[in-house]
Amino acid sequence: MNNKIEIKKLNLHYGKFHALKSVDMPVRKNSITALIGPSGCGKSTLLRCLNRMNDLIAGVRIDGQVLLDGIDIYSHSVEVPELRKRVGMVFQRPNPFPLSVYDNVAYGLKVAGMRDGSRISETVERSLKGAWLWENLKDRLDKPALELPLDQQQRLCIARLLAVEPEVILMDEPCSALDPIATMKVEELMLELRQRYTIAIVTHNMQQAARVSEYSGYMLLGEMVELGQTAAIFTNPSDARTQDYITGRYG
Amino acid sequence: MRIPPRYTQTAAKLVMGLATLATLAILVFIILFVLEKGLPVVGFKFLLSAPRDMGKAGGIFPVVVGTILLTLVAILIATPLGVGTAIYLTEYTRESRATRIIRFGADCLAGIPSIIFGLFGFIFFVTILQMGWSILSGGLTLAFMILPTIIRTSEEAIKSVPNSYREVSFSLGATRWETVQKVVLPSALPGIVTGVMLGVGRSIGETAAVIFTAGSSLRMPSSLFDSVRTMSVHFYILAREGISTENAYGTAAILVITILLINLTAYGLMNRFVAKNN
Repeated sequence: MNNKIEIKKLNLHYGKFHALKSVDMPVRKNSITALIGPSGCGKSTLLRCLNRMNDLIAGVRIDGQVLLDGIDIYSHSVEVPELRKRVGMVFQRPNPFPLSVYDNVAYGLKVAGMRDGSRISETVERSLKGAWLWENLKDRLDKPALELPLDQQQRLCIARLLAVEPEVILMDEPCSALDPIATMKVEELMLELRQRYTIAIVTHNMQQAARVSEYSGYMLLGEMVELGQTAAIFTNPSDARTQDYITGRYG
Repeated sequence: MRIPPRYTQTAAKLVMGLATLATLAILVFIILFVLEKGLPVVGFKFLLSAPRDMGKAGGIFPVVVGTILLTLVAILIATPLGVGTAIYLTEYTRESRATRIIRFGADCLAGIPSIIFGLFGFIFFVTILQMGWSILSGGLTLAFMILPTIIRTSEEAIKSVPNSYREVSFSLGATRWETVQKVVLPSALPGIVTGVMLGVGRSIGETAAVIFTAGSSLRMPSSLFDSVRTMSVHFYILAREGISTENAYGTAAILVITILLINLTAYGLMNRFVAKNN
């Protein structure tokens, strides 16, 4: 089974607004899938369906299926907190808690009920290494996370996520608050993480999609217009609307 | 003819400045007046010895103890109820007609004169529930009185916790309750404590609500069912009955100092809270 996630005929209504229109999309295992499209096309909404973050918003109705390893995450038997441990998220703005570096990374572990101090420390170290922060921060673990530079904050958020050992990482424009050099570091990190995790990323930045992703989906007004290998979409789109967007005529 | 802006500017600044000065002057005057009249009798002996002759002589120790106990009972009851309500309203319900009604109710409760609370406490706790004039009746009455303050300040504190904290917490697999415990409450704590301190201040200074419910016994209380007299009530009785003006002012001085200290603490916490959120 090559598809970690399969989205089938997913519709999302936000009040009277039909935000996602019968979207079908696979997310392949151990690869990076990018969602691109103009603002308001529904790509972030789609991403947030995958860990049920849209449940928190009043007035949202969802039908259709999202299969994670073949099991519908919207079925009644699914425990949402457990789902979110498997499908983690990195947000647009770096959002560490107002705690120390250490406590940020340990947060998910404590929520999961881990009490063993030495195991927590090991996991914190492994997670920080995984986000390439260990060398920078190993002597400053008790420093307030909010004092770090923005790109380190964002990688700390990634480390915090790695600590709960998710299977899928959703990234909602993870670099939009970062400068080009910081963006490059996060992109390199993503390419490394791909080997162990399945990643879906929403991005405004076409170059970013081209640089990091293997698969891309182009969305417009809540519809999945085109879906396929990134190289194919960028060099030879089959839909005229995709062509317009990629060449910069629209969006 | 139009007055040149530079004059209106100066005039406005002057008038506002005078208003501020007047406010400050009144506050300073009251405090200095009370302290000047009261401080001569205040000392450890006054604080820590029992009153004699209905308070004409001796100190105010049982009164201090009574005030502390009443306030403690009130806070211990009102804090969990108030903070619980605030958490429920902000975290567990969506804004709706029902939450607006609850909030409106709390605001109305805050506006009820304290003597009405006293009357209610007298009829309900003292008479119907047969608790008599006691620390318990008084404490419960005070708890109801300060509940709205604690609810509203806690609510504001909880609302000011950035939503992104909650979102991240959920995204890491935390439940609503874990998020409240581990993220929301720690961030909101200074604000909540400020609300509780305001409640403490109101309880300590309250007269009308407690005179009907806790009574005015000058004896040292030995259980929660004993009647006590608070500092404000003591002051009221000493002054009203013309028992001892000196001791009345002594009591007033201690009351004013206590409330000043409490407000300073609340203010300090509030500042820390604001600084932390920026």
